[in-house]
Amino acid sequence: MANEVTIRIGGESGEGTISGGDILALSSARWGYHVYTFRTFPAEILGGPCMFQVRISDQPVKSMGDYADVLVCLNKEAYDRNISDLRPGGVLVYDPSDFTPEESDHIIYAVPFNEIARKQVQLFQTKNMVMLGAISGLIGLPLAALTQVVESRLSRSRKSNPILMEKNMLALEIANKYAQEQITKRDPYRLGTVDKADRVVLNGNQAVVAGALAAQCRFFAGYPITPASDIMEALAKELPQVGGTFLQAEDEIAAIIAVLGASYGGQRAMTATSGPGLSLMTEAVGYASMAELPAVIVDAQRAGPSTGMPTKMEQGDLSFALNASHGDAPRIVVAPADVADCYSLMITAFNMAERYQMPVFFLTDQSLTARVESVDSSAFKPLPVQHRLEYSANGTNGANGTNGASSNGHATTAHAVAGSFSRYAYTASGISPMSAPGAGALPYVATGLEHDEHGHPDYEPEDHTAMMEKRFRKLDTAAEEMPQPQRYGDADADIGIIGWGSTEGTIQEAVDRAREQGYKVAALHPKILSPLPDRTIREFIRSVKKVIVPESNYSGQLANLLGAKYGLQAIRVNKFGGIPFTAGEILRAIEEVS
Amino acid sequence: MAQATFTPTLKDYKSEVKPTWCPGCGDFGVLNAMFRGLANLKLPLDQTVIVSGIGCSSRFPHFAKTFGIHSLHGRALPMAQGMKMARPDLTIVAVGGDGDFFSIGAGHLIHAALRNIDITAVVMDNETYGLTKGQTSPTSPHGHVTKSTPYGLLASQFNPISTALALNVSFVARGYSAKPKELASLIERGINHRGFSFIHVLSPCPTFYNTFDAWDAAVTPLPGDHDAHNRQQAMTLAMETERQYMGVFYQEERPTMDQAAHQLAQQAKDFNIEQYMSRYA
Repeated sequence: MANEVTIRIGGESGEGTISGGDILALSSARWGYHVYTFRTFPAEILGGPCMFQVRISDQPVKSMGDYADVLVCLNKEAYDRNISDLRPGGVLVYDPSDFTPEESDHIIYAVPFNEIARKQVQLFQTKNMVMLGAISGLIGLPLAALTQVVESRLSRSRKSNPILMEKNMLALEIANKYAQEQITKRDPYRLGTVDKADRVVLNGNQAVVAGALAAQCRFFAGYPITPASDIMEALAKELPQVGGTFLQAEDEIAAIIAVLGASYGGQRAMTATSGPGLSLMTEAVGYASMAELPAVIVDAQRAGPSTGMPTKMEQGDLSFALNASHGDAPRIVVAPADVADCYSLMITAFNMAERYQMPVFFLTDQSLTARVESVDSSAFKPLPVQHRLEYSANGTNGANGTNGASSNGHATTAHAVAGSFSRYAYTASGISPMSAPGAGALPYVATGLEHDEHGHPDYEPEDHTAMMEKRFRKLDTAAEEMPQPQRYGDADADIGIIGWGSTEGTIQEAVDRAREQGYKVAALHPKILSPLPDRTIREFIRSVKKVIVPESNYSGQLANLLGAKYGLQAIRVNKFGGIPFTAGEILRAIEEVS
Repeated sequence: MAQATFTPTLKDYKSEVKPTWCPGCGDFGVLNAMFRGLANLKLPLDQTVIVSGIGCSSRFPHFAKTFGIHSLHGRALPMAQGMKMARPDLTIVAVGGDGDFFSIGAGHLIHAALRNIDITAVVMDNETYGLTKGQTSPTSPHGHVTKSTPYGLLASQFNPISTALALNVSFVARGYSAKPKELASLIERGINHRGFSFIHVLSPCPTFYNTFDAWDAAVTPLPGDHDAHNRQQAMTLAMETERQYMGVFYQEERPTMDQAAHQLAQQAKDFNIEQYMSRYA
């Protein structure tokens, strides 16, 4: 049995609920525990209910947990909103001066947060530190774990001063002592000791940024939008450090177009947005596909349609990413499942964009952008970086090879053949060598018009047919070259689960629990959704009796796709309230169909 | 190719693609002036990019032998700016029409002005929508009767020069397609200007709205005593609608965003993922 506890803190946005939760998660992770966080917050800057949940364990954590084991409520509204998610027999921590909880089977501890902050610390804004001190005392997280993190955070803050530092430390100490001495512990949630491990603690957006930098992305253009803005802000800071440049565009149209301009210039470039921004980018997506320009577009999905719920999660943009833009425009769609994927698949996304010369969507979602996980440092190692196939005038560099042979790879000077360079040469792979402006490079014109091999406008039926086939051939090549997803669970499973995106860990946890109960279950979680790994999916579908497709959207967008492509009649499990699945919900689906 | 050994003529810039424009189109004159300007500056084909949007005039890149990108309707400016931010070593000219720059892509003009990224915009204004066959444009005169304004245009006429001056664009000029020599010189000056250069070019559409005679009569060089550093004086001249002044209305040297960004990147180090991740340890 894992040594673990899931703690939820409910409070008011702007009073340190989320930052307190972040400190708790980071402190636990630094002390050697595995952590996995989930948070909700309103779209408003100040005010409105928010909550932070962290699952702390000595074993790797795959989901946010079905229930909270410990619920800390900073006001009455937090209690009303969250009490139903507290496990039967779980622990409620509250301040009696705020409200009186109803009769229940919960273990209830009263801690005078307000009085300690106001009277003993004499600084009310330390209330979240009081709360943290009390939690640490209750669950046995050493006070030192907290003070180290608070100290380093506060010393970096602009608001830092010796008095504030002292008051924060005092709040942690008093409350920690209070919890240990004044509360008679009646619950089982107590963290044991654990060895420190070589791990990093970060969220999905932070891992996306690390991945982009490691993928040698050197240009970013974007427009602020929740929940993708962190990526833009971080790259604004980091890109100059590695010789890159950054542009905050006037809108998402300009952002994606600037990215394509940089890409045409030979730079590895990206943007990051959410649904509404992606809506504005769609015309350019088709352009990038037609002109065969590499670009990476991160879509941090939020609940839609329209403005929807900007701070809530949803897997609502799969169909959109697969089809965005008019006409048939090949593109690649990648969906990371966890924080480690946000790094490694970002490099895959750039490599695929450059290799197949097309737009690549990277579908995260609000829960993953903000999900803090402790990840083994080894997950963040240097990975191979692939470059676009460059045209070389003297026929080297693959220009005459099978891998994108050019019809005019003869040796000549740039000046002499300018205008007759076969930028869009028909090749077996569909990949044509390209050039970027610079001394000695062969010029060509990229266009959104249908064109011949030289890039000259051409509306002949034969040309459009052949060019369309050439562009789509690149997807076939990508499908052959990409890694196949691995089956998780029983080889002889009765029930199969196919998911995508941020739900992987939750599904795997449900599979584990179902197998413990004797069910035969397996899961498949493709991370590249265009092109789909056809063979692996077909084999998986054939190997099981029933397939469940859990998705955090209304219409079952992956289920629709699997139905259309493979004739699969999936059992759809859809959740679309803005909150991720729990493993228990997926487990119930397994039990129901068995 | 090394710039020193490259002594180009107009012909060197001309591609094998025949212009799709109607006979007599003003854009031929602009194309000629562009080639002349590029040749005078001895700009190498492999390090020059002509960027356009959509419209008759936006076919331009296909007719040149330089690098080119024929993008989306209205998007020449962000395309050119993104490219210049990533590749400050390149010479980048954004071309297009009045629909591109003053209607669907008008919003981009404000930000190009604010950033002052070192690109040159050459806007071929024919006061009509040619490619879609003669609808009204933002630069059409009030009362103008077209298929989309059968009762006459009810809106006002857009003034490109006064708008560019109001936006404090760092180089503002006007040329005329029927005067390609003068226009070539304006293009040269625009390209040489470090910052965002805006060149408004009167380029008539003989098919849908023939303004040749009217513009022949209206165009006149800027007064000899005009001080191109005086924005207010430039504004007064720009607001004269009876005459269409030709020349450089305004020019000011000021920092460009592309140079500033590359200054920031001067201290760059190689990226090392292990080192980068230490912040999360």
